Amino acid sequence: MMGHLILRVVIKLLFAPILLFGLYVQFHGDYGPGGGFQAGVIFASAFILFALGFGIKETQKRLPPTVLPFFMVFGLLLYALTGVLGLFMGGNFLDYYVLAPDSHHNAGQHIGILLVEFGVGVAVFSAMMTIFYFFAGREPEIHDADW
Amino acid sequence: MNDPVSFATEFHPSSSPIFFVELAILTLLVITSIAMLRMRRLFGVVMLSGIYSFLSAAFFVALDAVDVAFTEAAVGAGISTVLMLSAMLLTARREKPYAPGHAALAAVVCVIVGGALIYATLDAPPYGDAAAPANSYVGQAYVDRSVVEISMPNIVTTVLASYRSFDTMGEVAVIFTAALAVMLLLGIGSDRGGKEVRDVPRLVGREEEAQDLSGKPNLDDGGKAPSPKGGAS
Repeated sequence: MMGHLILRVVIKLLFAPILLFGLYVQFHGDYGPGGGFQAGVIFASAFILFALGFGIKETQKRLPPTVLPFFMVFGLLLYALTGVLGLFMGGNFLDYYVLAPDSHHNAGQHIGILLVEFGVGVAVFSAMMTIFYFFAGREPEIHDADW
Repeated sequence: MNDPVSFATEFHPSSSPIFFVELAILTLLVITSIAMLRMRRLFGVVMLSGIYSFLSAAFFVALDAVDVAFTEAAVGAGISTVLMLSAMLLTARREKPYAPGHAALAAVVCVIVGGALIYATLDAPPYGDAAAPANSYVGQAYVDRSVVEISMPNIVTTVLASYRSFDTMGEVAVIFTAALAVMLLLGIGSDRGGKEVRDVPRLVGREEEAQDLSGKPNLDDGGKAPSPKGGAS
């Protein structure tokens, strides 16, 4: 199991910066390129990289597949409930202005977009991880002969 | 909207240096796709599809579509490649040899469809045309209004998450549904994602043969694997 030592060391070094970059893309999407979709995929790619180097079982110890459906539902519901919140506060569905009606610099839009993008990011991350787990989990390891 | 026509006449895409970069990337895209068509080892095909995605991402950067390039690099080159690899592990490593069949018919269909597409592009407005419909009406309105209405520097985010928020919710629902479908198809009930599993071929009336096939060591987890007797009846 100690093959691919260099790959494993590099993956360990890269893991945290990739997550950090995912967070940056998530919350800086209002100002630069990026957003929930990209952030979710980047976040998932960190775990997938880990799984490629250390095997899927080690990954599932860190990120159990049983929590992923909750994340998926949470992300979609966060999006939809942000819309419903607009309804309750007297606006239309997904109307963000009513979240901060007195603001002069469209703070309501900023809050709404932040919430919605966070929902997208969580949903995309957990959906990607779910698909990866269920595909890759059927074959335990990539054998060296397959490379 | 200050006189788009003069802007269109000033802008000559074919004379700008980025044009040659785009030409090079497009040439590489064509070469990659031809190589994918001709390659029979599926591992190489998957790797080439990743290269194709990276080239597409570079092309989108050259077109100033940074957000799309970002998505293409992350989804197309990252996730898709890994998913195709893990899907490849479940099937054969090599493509089946080409069986000649309806090659003439396929060629005719390809030529007709390709010709129709090329004919359609002749009607499209020239690349970079500021007066093109895609750039003038609703797109221009987003560019003009999002600074005032939303005051966010990234217009792509404002269009995606605010102006077309309802569409984006649909997209999230699509991704959610895709993951749900994968869970249902690949077995959520037994929760065997990540565990060794061996699909026993379901041979009705030939159980002994099926047992022989499933009798590989280390993979049969003590009767938990679906028995051929259990399912089909």
